[in-house]
Amino acid sequence: MELLLQQVLAGLATGAIYASMALAVVMIYQAIDHLNFAQGEMAMFSTFLAWQMLQWGWPYWAAFVGAVAVSFLGGVAIERILFKPIQNAPILSQLAAFIALYGILNSSAGWIWDFNIKTFPTPFGSAPLFGERLIGTHQAGMIGVTLLMLGLLYLFFRGSRLGLAMRAAATNPESARLVGIRVGWMIALGWGMSAAVGAVAGMLIAPVVFLEPNMMLGVLLYGFAGAVLGGLSSPGGAVAGGFAVGVIENLAGTFIPYVGRELKLTIALVLIVAVLMVKPSGVFGRTVVSRV
Amino acid sequence: MMLEVRQLCAFYGENQALHGLDFALDEGNIVTLLGANGAGKTTTLRALCGMIRLSGEIRFDGKSLLGRATEDIVRLGIAHVPEGRGTFVRMTVEENLQLGAMVRHGRTAIAADIEQVYAHFPRLKERRAQTAGTLSGGEQQMLAVGRALMLRPRLMLLDEPSFGLAPLIVEELFEILRRLNRELGVAMLIVEQNAALALDLADHAYLLETGHIVMAGPAQEIGQDEAVRRSYLGY
Repeated sequence: MELLLQQVLAGLATGAIYASMALAVVMIYQAIDHLNFAQGEMAMFSTFLAWQMLQWGWPYWAAFVGAVAVSFLGGVAIERILFKPIQNAPILSQLAAFIALYGILNSSAGWIWDFNIKTFPTPFGSAPLFGERLIGTHQAGMIGVTLLMLGLLYLFFRGSRLGLAMRAAATNPESARLVGIRVGWMIALGWGMSAAVGAVAGMLIAPVVFLEPNMMLGVLLYGFAGAVLGGLSSPGGAVAGGFAVGVIENLAGTFIPYVGRELKLTIALVLIVAVLMVKPSGVFGRTVVSRV
Repeated sequence: MMLEVRQLCAFYGENQALHGLDFALDEGNIVTLLGANGAGKTTTLRALCGMIRLSGEIRFDGKSLLGRATEDIVRLGIAHVPEGRGTFVRMTVEENLQLGAMVRHGRTAIAADIEQVYAHFPRLKERRAQTAGTLSGGEQQMLAVGRALMLRPRLMLLDEPSFGLAPLIVEELFEILRRLNRELGVAMLIVEQNAALALDLADHAYLLETGHIVMAGPAQEIGQDEAVRRSYLGY
């Protein structure tokens, strides 16, 4: 029983990171109808930026905020420089741009900071919380920071005028223009926020998976699985899906024989395929009906 | 003249949809564009909002609209109520109205205008927390008009406001449009299939055929024209 609880909590902790990545992916998907394959590399690059700031002697939270801010601006810049000019290009050209972005970020991180595995600090320590060995302080910190971030995003999108304008631009760009919303800038803002969310996820998971240019590969795959499970059309669903994938991954790895550590990543892929077969729009997604 | 259009041509890819339209609209007036399906009425409204490729000249308050982005044209005070209404179906009635005022400032003035819209359309107030997609056709049309009003527009472009609505609802809607014009001085350019209704409301009318203006004049005179009566009014 204690093992089960322990695994569920650990699953929720990594699930928080998957949920963040799933949300980052969905935010861009809603605006431009493309999966951002480079989302993980963007988060990895942000984490390296934070690591660099720490090397310069910045305190942890200064580096944290600094990396989030730079990532936000970087996300906006990527949209303006790379994706805005090709927004009407054929789908394969756009796909090539995402793959290019992936390659550029991955290899330039390796070139600047080399491919050696680095440790990344946690501000929460790693002592067990509550004396028992149920959950570590860093895991609790991962969950806490993620929930705080999700709460702030919810308030922003539900309660603010800018959030409302961004939702309108993403769901119905033509009507949004007709009420005077600058749709192009709303999409750029979405990229910036998505990059910032990814940065937080990267910095939280880095103490667990260690810092290196390929650190986000598996994490992004789980994030995709979470987004597909919850539904690409539903930000809340994607977040729930991310948490669920974290728990499923951990329980399967612990309790299903043969899965163990080696086959854990396979679960994410099996999950994506299974969901697409049974309910393509995801658990919380809505089916798009188009009249012809 | 508030709106002056000269030699307006519009294109869908290789196809030319409008062939040199000339028309004008005075402050506070209502003008209607009549014509059969495919005559270029909707295209004309889309051209005014910079939504398609065009040539010619469009002046609003003396300022050229050519080359301006749709969102910048809207910010000049031109509210377009598109065909099919273009409401944000997954958002609530109240959020739709908020979006209509997106380019304005001043929370209290916006809140007051929302109440004003509810006064014009009490049905919308009952449904303020419902998503727009759950409204009936008539309610959605009212929401579209209400959202356009939230801009405090000087000119409203209305595309087929009566489309798909029951006759009683249509009458109610046109009565409200008449009142908005009289009380708020909003100028209107209305595209309608229902010519009798539109001519009754409008000061001036233009008749479009395959992208050309073939007749223009005061709405009353156009309504009495033999050919118009036979082709568009059906008596």
